[in-house]
Amino acid sequence: MAMSGVMRPGHACVRMLDLDEAVHFYRDVLGLQETGRDKQGRVYFKGWDERDHNSFVIRQADKAGLDFFGFRVLDVATLNKLDSDLRAFGVATERIPAGDMLETGERVRFESPSGHLYELYAEKTHVGNGMPLVNPGPWPDAAEHGIAPFRMDHALLYGPNVAKTKEIFTQVLGFRVVEYVEGPGGAGPAAFFMSCSHKAHDLAIVEYPEPGKLHHISFRLDSWEKVLRAADLMGRNKVPIDIGPTRHGVTRGTTIYAWDRSGNRFETFCGSYEPYPDWQPIKWTWEEFGHGLDYPTGKLHETFLSVVT
Amino acid sequence: MSEQKIFEVTINETGVTYRCRSDESLLHGMERLGKRGIPSGCRGGGCGVCKVEVVCGDYVARTMSCDHVSDDDRCHHRLLACKVYPTSDVTVEVIGKMRKNVCR
Ligand code: FES
Ligand SMILES: [Fe+2]
Repeated sequence: MAMSGVMRPGHACVRMLDLDEAVHFYRDVLGLQETGRDKQGRVYFKGWDERDHNSFVIRQADKAGLDFFGFRVLDVATLNKLDSDLRAFGVATERIPAGDMLETGERVRFESPSGHLYELYAEKTHVGNGMPLVNPGPWPDAAEHGIAPFRMDHALLYGPNVAKTKEIFTQVLGFRVVEYVEGPGGAGPAAFFMSCSHKAHDLAIVEYPEPGKLHHISFRLDSWEKVLRAADLMGRNKVPIDIGPTRHGVTRGTTIYAWDRSGNRFETFCGSYEPYPDWQPIKWTWEEFGHGLDYPTGKLHETFLSVVT
Repeated sequence: MSEQKIFEVTINETGVTYRCRSDESLLHGMERLGKRGIPSGCRGGGCGVCKVEVVCGDYVARTMSCDHVSDDDRCHHRLLACKVYPTSDVTVEVIGKMRKNVCR
């Protein structure tokens, strides 16, 4: 498919209770590349195959959770158009000047009805993936450091009013629902898995009473073998695992959910499928959602429903 | 290197007891021995589900989220078990709850 408008998840900024411990964790255990530190003390990372300067940013704070989640849009004209489209839809927006985040252009920020801060931006410096643009090898040495996901891939966020939040993403920002979960007793959809691209999900949202919660940031690996290697490294480094290694029914990804040293859940995953825009959404009923979460066991893990930051 | 010691932890409601090392959290000690009683989540002091009140005994508390532990909580020994390390035998009461998703 041709890609325009919103292209991809571009950055997540997550709060850490102990920054030094978190830097060690994300750099040497998860295996992201540290690309810079700013005046506010934020530390910037990217996955080895990402070409933009940063995709995952952490800062010291007295509580865990998500500061904001950003998407890269095609160009500045698209950014300006989406900003005015958001306002026309009744969503207040704010401009954050270029350079507030390292190597990142002007950002348009809005708060969703679920209480999350989302951002759009058009510019972030190309730093490449460690290989030349002419006659590159298949992977650099960094592809074997730590768990070594090749990119930050998507987020799952918990908050109220997911149906209204979905409307903003589908009616204004060009996302489409690829899969969704019906709540219990015909309560209406409780979760949406939405794509702005060829992926089964770029953003997922789940109905939850408390606003602005982080369920997980997901990092992508390129084989099930590497998901199992990630599990070995989690065991070796005593990283607490929530669920997996297993396969989700929803989106069909193979996965591990685990927690960082501040209690923020992250995912290392692989697989899934590549839907086209004309495909009809897939529905999961509440009764079968246990298999949607953990396909082999069908277990509706308590922690999935109730542990967030 | 400080000497590692072992202390007895009692969960008041159920009377469950287990032996916990001074270099592991109350939550970790419980899980390592397959015991139950304190709800377990992120093990990182971020989610709040493992909240307990230490009703007797001494401990060292490491960094935990202020979303779940206020200054008043600290004064009253209401803390996250995944970040509490025993320095004597301790007794705890479980006060954290698995908060329910609207889906339940
Ligand atoms: S298990 Fe999450 S704060 Fe202790
Ligand atoms: Fe995910």
